[in-house]
Amino acid sequence: MLSRTAADLYWMSRYLERAENLARMLEVSYSLSLMPQAGRSDGHAELAMSLLAAGTLEDYKARHGALDTEHMLHFFALDEANPGSIYCCLRAARSNAHAVRGRITADMWENINATWLEMRAIAGNGLGRYGISQFCEWVRERSHLFRGATSGTIMRNEAYGFIRLGTFIERADNTLRLLDARYEMFGEESEEVSDKSARGYYQWSALLRALSSFEAFNEIYRNAPNAEQVSEMLLLRAEVPRSLHACIQELDLELSNLPGINGRPAQRLAAGLNARLRYTGIDEILDAGLHAWLIEFIDQVRDLGQAIHDAYLEVV
Amino acid sequence: MSGAFFDEMYAAGGQCRPHYREFARWLADTPLELLAQRRREADLLFHRAGITFTLYGDEQGTERLIPFDIIPRSIKASEWQVIERGCIQRVQALNMFLADIYHEQRILKAGIIPAEQVLANEGYQVAMRGLGLHRGLYAHIAGVDLVRDGDGSYYVLEDNLRTPSGVSYMLEDRKMMMRLFPELFAAQRIAPIDHYPNLLLDTLRSASPLDNPTVVVLTPGRFNSAYFEHAFLAREMGVELVEGADLFVRDDRVFMRTTCGPQPVDVIYRRLDDAFLDPLTFNPESMLGVPGLIAAYRLGNVVLANAVGTGVADDKSIYPYVGEMIRFYLDEAPILKNVPTWQCRKPAELSHVLANLEHLVVKETQGSGGYGMLVGPASTAAQIEAFRLRLKARPQDYIAQPTLCLSTCPTFVESGIAPRHIDLRPFVLSGSQTRLVPGGLTRVALREGSLVVNSSQGGGTKDTWVVED
Repeated sequence: MLSRTAADLYWMSRYLERAENLARMLEVSYSLSLMPQAGRSDGHAELAMSLLAAGTLEDYKARHGALDTEHMLHFFALDEANPGSIYCCLRAARSNAHAVRGRITADMWENINATWLEMRAIAGNGLGRYGISQFCEWVRERSHLFRGATSGTIMRNEAYGFIRLGTFIERADNTLRLLDARYEMFGEESEEVSDKSARGYYQWSALLRALSSFEAFNEIYRNAPNAEQVSEMLLLRAEVPRSLHACIQELDLELSNLPGINGRPAQRLAAGLNARLRYTGIDEILDAGLHAWLIEFIDQVRDLGQAIHDAYLEVV
Repeated sequence: MSGAFFDEMYAAGGQCRPHYREFARWLADTPLELLAQRRREADLLFHRAGITFTLYGDEQGTERLIPFDIIPRSIKASEWQVIERGCIQRVQALNMFLADIYHEQRILKAGIIPAEQVLANEGYQVAMRGLGLHRGLYAHIAGVDLVRDGDGSYYVLEDNLRTPSGVSYMLEDRKMMMRLFPELFAAQRIAPIDHYPNLLLDTLRSASPLDNPTVVVLTPGRFNSAYFEHAFLAREMGVELVEGADLFVRDDRVFMRTTCGPQPVDVIYRRLDDAFLDPLTFNPESMLGVPGLIAAYRLGNVVLANAVGTGVADDKSIYPYVGEMIRFYLDEAPILKNVPTWQCRKPAELSHVLANLEHLVVKETQGSGGYGMLVGPASTAAQIEAFRLRLKARPQDYIAQPTLCLSTCPTFVESGIAPRHIDLRPFVLSGSQTRLVPGGLTRVALREGSLVVNSSQGGGTKDTWVVED
């Protein structure tokens, strides 16, 4: 397969996954921002956290200055000038798909093209008419649909492999960042506030809901969500599909299935990370400090992305 | 040329032509409201499938639909056989002409075409001189534009031997008709065309002396107006769609960059003009091409389809000589007629043209896409005078033809069903044999009275049927 084709497939699924994750993030932040909270009654901090996790808080401040609900929602969801907005991610995903429309099935292309056409219509009308929750749900649903069309129609060849790689590298990064941001948000409080407090409950369960893992948590732990168990599940439990371990395991598998020998550095890296997660306990992670551990792993995932790039996607 | 329009569906007395009868019966039984609904459905489906083109000069690069008309253009089989033979004859002669002018130049020595008209032509590529091509083929894919005059006889308007486009619309229009109106295809025998991509791949393969050559489609990229078609054909043939940056030349061989390392490429179906192919040989500014490609080509290490330098043969200043070519190379009488053409570079013909501008169509010899032309009867006095100045300044760049009474075909427009002018572009494939799929692309000028069918000028398309008599 052409390197450029592989790159377009990879980025198509990365951008779509990113749009989905942004919508998940926004949905939870928005609902938390509406909750009465001591000292945070305007809910701005919640929404700002989404921007922080998405890495666009600085851009926002440079553009709009003060934190303002309307501005933040627009910036996050529809802003054409914010490359990290859901709008821009969907545009980029569709543009990548357009470039490789010969290599994806008609079902996939029509799905992602229809998503983009609808996105433009929504942006034209503004979120007010649509409602934040409904919009986020729509993004998630379109992403589910595309993944379904992909898994149901495309041949299991290299193209499929690069689509999967894009999805899971993006998802691994997202899970790490979301956990880190939520932990930061709790900050020093997490020590004082009992995990059984109402606030702790809502914070952690919001994170679980953002990752569609609330039911899984209940089934595995049968307990109110708390820092240790939530972290363990989201980092180490391979049976939870949005957990870090599940993503790394998929990446390891997809990479080892790719033909050719030029991918060895990336394959080695993925296999190493997979082994590390498999034989690490949550107590070790907490001993090292959750934040430090997450930051280090975010770097590792970035290195893996770079290794994939160097081995397969580089056009030069 | 007579003055009245020839209508494809209805004879002069208003009665339906026999090969349209089946359709007319269906049309009479189908309420307009249903047709309108189906047309909206078609628009939606085309939009969702992204079957669009981009208009040059449109800053936003907006993707537009080519309007699709649901009333087909129908040709009876006996008539089609004549068109088919005529197109094959014409393209064979044009290929022989190209081989000749890049080698012995017999036709120039025989004085049939003035040598300077060919050798000084912008489309003549010195780099092609003496280069032997497999099977002696230059234009592997050709599009022959045909129109019908008032008496119904077919004329060739122009030959497209560079990178003719539109075949994807021909195929998509058929798919759409079969989806919207399957009952029509059950009621009569309409010749199938879906095997075109198969024939194309076969043609491209046979352009190489290798047994199992690797074929790719080379596109300028997704911002090109015909990108949809490039991607469509690559997908239908099951070959890679590459851009210039995906290819490189090492040791005079062409490779593509893949996830498994460099892979050799043997045949390039290029949808890129000569000037952009290789910055080392042609336009050094081109970012679209492949440095070193022409050197590899000249060594016979890669096949380009179409060959470099075919533009000289579809130039409008060479067009008047195609009939002579057919006689010279094939020793046959031309089956299809040429439109009478005045060459403005000849002073006597120029003065005739200048005296009759309001009746004539004047075209740039190098122009295409309906840009830079004057349609005398449809222009204002001011437009004609402005054009007269351009024509006087560079007469050698123009030819003139009588305004043809392009045939009409009933078309579904805002006001209901009304006649609109159409043309026909069959696609001729030259490989181990010269072949066509039945029909071609019918373009329709949707504006009332308009004679310009180009999609860039508001033209639409119709499905084209070849129906058994």
